[in-house]
Amino acid sequence: MSHDHNHDHDHSELPEIELRVRALETLLTDKGYIDPPALDELIETYETRIGPKNGAMVVARTWTDADYHARLMADATAAIAELGFTGRQGEHMVAVENTASTHNMVVCTLCSCYPWTVLGLPPVWYKSAPYRSRAVRDPRGVLAEFNVSLPDDTEIKVWDSTAEVRYLVIPQRPEGTEGWSEEKLAELVTRDSMIGTGLAIAPSELEDMA
Amino acid sequence: MNGAQDLGGQMGFGPIELEDDEPNFHAKWEERAFAVTLAMGATGTWNIDTSRFARETLPPAVYLSSSYYKIWTLGLEKLLVESGLVSEQELQAGRSLNPAKPLKRVVKAEDVAAVLAKGGPANRPEQQPSRFKAGDRIRTKRMNPEHHTRLPRYVRDVEGTIETVHGVHVFPDANSQRLGEQPTWLYGVVFRGPDVWGTDSDPKLTIRLDLWEPYLDAV
Repeated sequence: MSHDHNHDHDHSELPEIELRVRALETLLTDKGYIDPPALDELIETYETRIGPKNGAMVVARTWTDADYHARLMADATAAIAELGFTGRQGEHMVAVENTASTHNMVVCTLCSCYPWTVLGLPPVWYKSAPYRSRAVRDPRGVLAEFNVSLPDDTEIKVWDSTAEVRYLVIPQRPEGTEGWSEEKLAELVTRDSMIGTGLAIAPSELEDMA
Repeated sequence: MNGAQDLGGQMGFGPIELEDDEPNFHAKWEERAFAVTLAMGATGTWNIDTSRFARETLPPAVYLSSSYYKIWTLGLEKLLVESGLVSEQELQAGRSLNPAKPLKRVVKAEDVAAVLAKGGPANRPEQQPSRFKAGDRIRTKRMNPEHHTRLPRYVRDVEGTIETVHGVHVFPDANSQRLGEQPTWLYGVVFRGPDVWGTDSDPKLTIRLDLWEPYLDAV
């Protein structure tokens, strides 16, 4: 068996863990505990079907449909299920809304709890020690690193996801979007704006990006 | 437990590392580690609270220096051995040396969509009235259990206000120890920044956590 031997072990965590995961998968498959095609399907689901586009649809609907907005604020799990997003890591949803005077930001200081049904899998930074340690103590400092600066008198509500309740931030609808379709509005809704570490994209910024 | 996972309020970890257009997975092994963890979780051999405890009982130096999917992998190996599904020797060998144990279920590709859509709700029927209602003042317990808990250190022995009564939910402290679900009332509790961090706090900060009744005393 030939393989490239890497002498530079100091900064090569990856090969060791790669072999370890491969060995684990082989062992569990041998035992009949897992079915490899099911693993492929799990990966495919989160790579292609469940992600922040789901949440952006919820936000755009909330912005354009007052009845939907009321249903979402009363029972987010049911209102999100109306759009077909249910299940794992979204069983108990709560929507929290940003206003001119209040900004919401979500963290899980104890692990990596995140609303998978609407945002997909969490980014690495969300699960990292720098974010988890500081979000609850210095949210303005954290926001500055995301290039978000809020007026000093804005109330900042930080939600630490300690139970199975999952939080979706409804960002403020940008000005200058009157009459826009839901599909077009959804393009303004970033993942970070639904975690509360970002704001929705302004129409002028969208033109810059194009 | 007061492990490395309990990060709220700790200092010295440096800036947040942001990445443009971050992919879900940064390497093939992360995809596999993710999927193997979910697939083994779906066998029903353990619960979400036992898996969290398996991760947070990793040595702090290991926890803090590992990527999240590595933490998941190390936690999974621990659960597999604890549950008697595989031996240490088999983990080393990377192949089966002993007969397999029977499992409640094995997830097949065609079941994946349904399993994910169903999820695992944590709410349970109410057996008795809640002790608190919205607006009640509470103080969190001063406690330092060695078992799994979801009351972080930074909000122990702090006064707050009940904002939401979520209902009755599985109690992680018990469930993680395989003592049954022992469902109890779960509340949304709001704390003022200065009550948590003192004069160093942002005066406009409030922090909300979801906390179970046994964590709370009436004020």
